[in-house]
Amino acid sequence: MISAGGVLSSTAGELIARFVVGGAIVSFFAVMAEVCRPKSFAGLFGAAPSVALTTLGIAIVQHGKDYAAVESRSMVYGAIAFFLYAAVASWILMRHKARALTATAGLLPLWLGASLALLFLTSR
Amino acid sequence: MIVQVKLESLKGIALHEWVVRFVFGGAVCVIAGLIAKRFGPEIGGLFLAFPAIFPAGASMVEAHEKKHKAQVGLDGSNRGRTVAGLDAAGAALGCFGLAGFAAACWICLPRLGTAVTFALASLVWVALSISVWLLRKSRILRHMRGRSTRLHAFRNP
Repeated sequence: MISAGGVLSSTAGELIARFVVGGAIVSFFAVMAEVCRPKSFAGLFGAAPSVALTTLGIAIVQHGKDYAAVESRSMVYGAIAFFLYAAVASWILMRHKARALTATAGLLPLWLGASLALLFLTSR
Repeated sequence: MIVQVKLESLKGIALHEWVVRFVFGGAVCVIAGLIAKRFGPEIGGLFLAFPAIFPAGASMVEAHEKKHKAQVGLDGSNRGRTVAGLDAAGAALGCFGLAGFAAACWICLPRLGTAVTFALASLVWVALSISVWLLRKSRILRHMRGRSTRLHAFRNP
């Protein structure tokens, strides 16, 4: 019998597990976002911890809870950067009527820059 | 008003749109894991709050609104972008819950069991997200803020 830890320790098995479980959890939150109204409420699911649930679970199995706790601390900075990113995206979409994909994909460097800056500032 | 659940809205979504979401979500989880392996948990942890399917979701919201308006002979480009902006505003509010989820995991993981921590963190996410959204909707906050209609980012649909 192959244990969960044994499967996750192999690279191919780990990648497949991440892909399938991650895709399923993201799709679940996408369904929630589709069926809920008003749209501002449905938008809450756009910031659901879908990636975190998958990745933290696998990190705990592979590296232990302390490792996952360090990831969670960094995730707080990522969430603050996400807030900045989503607020700017919303403002651009509503005020300047930019195309949704252009605005949201074009602003991804803002998320990366803000999250790295927060991590750098707090780890000094 | 407050919140409605409309299951019939699932009918309007094509199969390829679900596939895009599944593939994007799965790919982001794989990339987040690889980044954590290469650069360590501090950098890797940032990607747990990566806007995973946000660009794809926003463009689909825009496309659906345009399609609805086109059915009645109208150009729904502006409407589509406004609704996508509302979706983004909701996501911005949801980030409070996301940060709460992360903080709960950070604090509880070394002290409690995994299942208990995830359950507690999910509860924090739901409670914080809904509380912030309700606060945003409340008359009290609008009254305090005064000319709320000038804040386009959080205008009501």
